[in-house]
Amino acid sequence: MTEISDYRSRIGDPGSRRFETFSYLPPMDRNGIRQQVKYIVSKGWNPAIEHTEPDNAFGHYWYMWKLPMFGETDVDKILAEADACHKANPGNHVRLIGYDNESQSQGAALVIFRGSA
Amino acid sequence: MAEKTYQAGVKDYAQTYWTPDYQPADTDILACFKVTPQQGVPREEAAAAVAAESSTGTWTTVWTDLLTDLDYYKGRAYRIEEVPGDAESFYAFIAYPIDLFEEGSVVNVLTSLVGNVFGFKALRTLRLEDIRFPIAYVMTCGGPPNGIQVERDKLNKYGRGLLGCTIKPKLGLSAKNYGRAVYECLRGGLDFTKDDENVNSQPFMRWRDRFGFVAEAIDKAQTETGERKGHYCNVTAPTPEEMYKRAEFAKELGMPIIMHDFLTAGFCANTGLANWCRNNGMLLHIHRAMHAVIDRHPKHGMHFRVLAKCLRLSGGDHLHSGTVVGKLEGDRRATLGWIDIMRERAQEEDRSKGIFFDQQWGAMPGLFPVASGGIHVWHMPALVSIFGDDAVFQFGGGTLGHPWGNAAGAAANRVALESCVEGRNAGRDLEREGGDVLRQAAKSSPELAIAMETWKEIKFEFDTVDKLDVA
Repeated sequence: MTEISDYRSRIGDPGSRRFETFSYLPPMDRNGIRQQVKYIVSKGWNPAIEHTEPDNAFGHYWYMWKLPMFGETDVDKILAEADACHKANPGNHVRLIGYDNESQSQGAALVIFRGSA
Repeated sequence: MAEKTYQAGVKDYAQTYWTPDYQPADTDILACFKVTPQQGVPREEAAAAVAAESSTGTWTTVWTDLLTDLDYYKGRAYRIEEVPGDAESFYAFIAYPIDLFEEGSVVNVLTSLVGNVFGFKALRTLRLEDIRFPIAYVMTCGGPPNGIQVERDKLNKYGRGLLGCTIKPKLGLSAKNYGRAVYECLRGGLDFTKDDENVNSQPFMRWRDRFGFVAEAIDKAQTETGERKGHYCNVTAPTPEEMYKRAEFAKELGMPIIMHDFLTAGFCANTGLANWCRNNGMLLHIHRAMHAVIDRHPKHGMHFRVLAKCLRLSGGDHLHSGTVVGKLEGDRRATLGWIDIMRERAQEEDRSKGIFFDQQWGAMPGLFPVASGGIHVWHMPALVSIFGDDAVFQFGGGTLGHPWGNAAGAAANRVALESCVEGRNAGRDLEREGGDVLRQAAKSSPELAIAMETWKEIKFEFDTVDKLDVA
């Protein structure tokens, strides 16, 4: 048996904050994000982008980037909007959402740019 | 019918209650029983006896029968079917007019359908396999206080199943040590921890102390991780008054969710607590202690799908469903059948999943099935594949038994879950490639790597006792 490792997580360390789904995995590369966007499109969900200052991430409402992209199925266009949001708000977390209007919920929600506190 | 006259005595049930030409009405409550009669009792007579004894009949004619319209109020045995691969038993389908049952009362429905009739001497065994509740009746029941969609919104959990852990040892910890175990699980990445069902308010850990320490654990874990957390505070109690007192205190502490054992406490208590949760914005986790006493024998009792339907009507936001893959009983197709009962808006008859009737749920929300019992990281690909996202996966030993402790165990489970969801979304077949997905994820998660090493060899492969009836 290996040595016991300490679990590194601290209130004082902003790096310990998580952002729900996929935030326990290493940040996704470009291709990984593309796969998830394709999944959202394949399910017929409506893509949307939102962002927040890291200090305000706990609230239910982040800033909505423009409007959800209703009916958009072009993966490149969706990724381009995410990039545009990131560029305009470089220090912020940027989250990609797939709105599932049938379940009135979000079928997917993942932070694709992690901001720095 | 003024020409009817009173004739005392005993007559065959079939004369009154066997009505093979009857077309069930949309408003009827329908039931399917698996009947095993005593030798020499004809099937029609046995089926009619079940209809009679679960509705208006008794063993002899009584004069007061003539004061009412029994032809309207009686239950009717309207169909008999073979049980595949079983010569001694048969299915009896019975229709009950909706006005035999008080509105919104699962208690009343069960008192009739699984009441005295189960002790009836002419039957060797009797099992209630399924009930069709007409939408007219469904809409008189409260149902889940919140439902899947509201719970996801409140807790900000999307695009994946939820993760929980039952704190162990199930009995004997002090409240403060118990809160420590909760905190470690939650900071490591679980969404929920859970009181074990038999943790109520024993001398070693009174409920008020437990709730207080757990609340502090949740608050700190939320601040630390930036994610929303909960602990199923078990409010199951000896009396309803005590149950509500505990629920109120959990609410006062700002807890998002409480828990109840619906069979040992009973449907009356459960329905009341579900109403309280709806009025107070609390989520309700439902445990099912005692279910196997009722549902495990293939020829006697009630199938779990009936208990699940009754619970959805009575109210709960989570219900234990079995895991298919862990340490507890559960056939895969049958499990799919009852998780549909918990989650779907409508279901069609599907005998391959053990579903005997179409069932409409109308506006009633669905609830999360909870897969719990002997599962660990290696089961994750199969769990994600079988249950999808709308489920809670609970790893008790599979979190607390991690060689580095609860936080590391929690992180291992969270990484395993997220890697499986990521892989599935990217088009990977988890049932075939799940091992590869986990091994890949373990490269950047030492917690997962150690967990996979620890539980490599553990399997639970015993035959299911209660199988679906197939030839």
